[in-house]
Amino acid sequence: MITQLRKAWAITKKDIQMYYLKGPVVIFGILFPLFLFLAFCIDRKLSPEFLIPGLIAMTLFFTSTSVSPVIAPWETQMKTLERLVSCPLTVRTMIFGDILASFLFGVVISIVPVIIGLAFGVCVRAPVILSIAIVIGAFSFSSLGLLFSTIPTDLVSNVMMLSTLVKFPLIFISGVFIPIEALPQWGVAIASLSPLTYFTDIARFSISGYSYYPLYLDFTLLIVSAVIFLMLSIKFHERALIRRL
Amino acid sequence: MNEAIIVKALEKTFNGLKAVDCISFTVHRGEIFGFLGPNGAGKTTTVRMLTGVIKPDGGNASVMGFDVVAETLKARELIGVVPEAANAYPDLSAWKNMMLIASLYGIGKREAEIRTAELLKEFGIYERRDSKVKTLSKGMKQRLMLSMALVSDPELLFLDEPTSGLDVMSARLIREKIIELSKAGKTVFLTSHNMGEVNQLCERIGIINRGKIVTIDSPDNLRQRIGGALAVDVVFNRDAKLVVFPDAMRVRNGYRLYTTEPHDTICSLVDFALHSGLKIVSMNVCFPTMEDIFLRLTGEGEGEGGLHDDNTT
Repeated sequence: MITQLRKAWAITKKDIQMYYLKGPVVIFGILFPLFLFLAFCIDRKLSPEFLIPGLIAMTLFFTSTSVSPVIAPWETQMKTLERLVSCPLTVRTMIFGDILASFLFGVVISIVPVIIGLAFGVCVRAPVILSIAIVIGAFSFSSLGLLFSTIPTDLVSNVMMLSTLVKFPLIFISGVFIPIEALPQWGVAIASLSPLTYFTDIARFSISGYSYYPLYLDFTLLIVSAVIFLMLSIKFHERALIRRL
Repeated sequence: MNEAIIVKALEKTFNGLKAVDCISFTVHRGEIFGFLGPNGAGKTTTVRMLTGVIKPDGGNASVMGFDVVAETLKARELIGVVPEAANAYPDLSAWKNMMLIASLYGIGKREAEIRTAELLKEFGIYERRDSKVKTLSKGMKQRLMLSMALVSDPELLFLDEPTSGLDVMSARLIREKIIELSKAGKTVFLTSHNMGEVNQLCERIGIINRGKIVTIDSPDNLRQRIGGALAVDVVFNRDAKLVVFPDAMRVRNGYRLYTTEPHDTICSLVDFALHSGLKIVSMNVCFPTMEDIFLRLTGEGEGEGGLHDDNTT
């Protein structure tokens, strides 16, 4: 177990050096959610206490799902995957290493909107709860990112298409821009299917002190989503591996 | 146990097509075993099953005493692999690639650094250890791949086309290393299209075609088995049908005949030329190449040109 964890850490370090520590990736991870956020918020009379939790949620979601979906197709394309799978490590270890890299990237970059919020005078009332939510949320979204890459293709564009197709609608139905309480009944029902809804709800509680769902429910469903995405990622990647080679 | 690899009735099917069809063979410890076959014959699929990358549909195989399905990780810990057309990470340095593979084999940092330095020096890439792999030449990249396979000091090495497309110096360096490894008691499973290389390196050769093992034997025995120890190449001044020599093979603009009696064959060819009004442009007696043996045994390329002789007497 410890041996496999060490190997997963080696995969994480490789991912960070190969994919995450690139200027465009870091800048894109910060700028893209920020500009998307500004596009929706300018000229709308919303308080920073409402806006900043949405920005944190969007940044965490986009950064945690930005690179993880394309690692597998990139490795297939670069022909590095077969060398990797010939080593004494399991697919689970590989997946866990990839998720860990994405998780760390998500957690570190999500500090930026928190700092932006503090600069705008927003007070984080429940920093511990927010921190725990960021950790669980980053893990859940990173696992979701890995799930996108289970399509056995070496074309990054195919994975990006699926990833974008899922990610953008989720942003709009998860209470980032429109409060859940302002949604119609069917909208609330759809929002309840998105793990981002629960993270946004916790982030909003941490800053404004108000949440739509009870906190225990938010945390439970975020953890459940993380476990489901992780399990599905492992299962589908194990199946897809042979078709990649 | 004297066998490094034991394969029994191994099978793999892709989309209804049998890529590997009930093959069985053994590879002895310390042996360099050549595995030949045309493209699509099942070589890479066999290597992938033996390295635990894909699971067989039937049969079983063990590597260094470990079942490749039930004890995949234990088997993999004892093997080094240079997969066909695999690459090192292009944006990482040679050193970091080595350290990555070392950590994936569970080797401690200090030991990994010592082995990495030794191997990179041995393969002539130590000076470029901090260069990104994408800046290295193809020969250097392939030497790095072999270094990566050796960083765990494996008992068994799978090399899938290790010298394909390399410059003479890099190919020679890799061949010398393979011989050195064999002398050190390591087992090498070598897949190659280079007949001269297989002939030079391997103690036994397995030939696979359409998923089935055609034969396994030593290079010398294989030569004997194709109908003669020598080949006679003849070119006439114009196209002629050698009806009196039914076993003659068309090669380039002439014919090749395998014989144990070169004197009689040459006399018969001269007689044939005189009676047919043909002039002999050239005639050579040579050892059959591994390529000849391969083509004859697999039934591929009958009547095709392109054979070369590198052992003209």
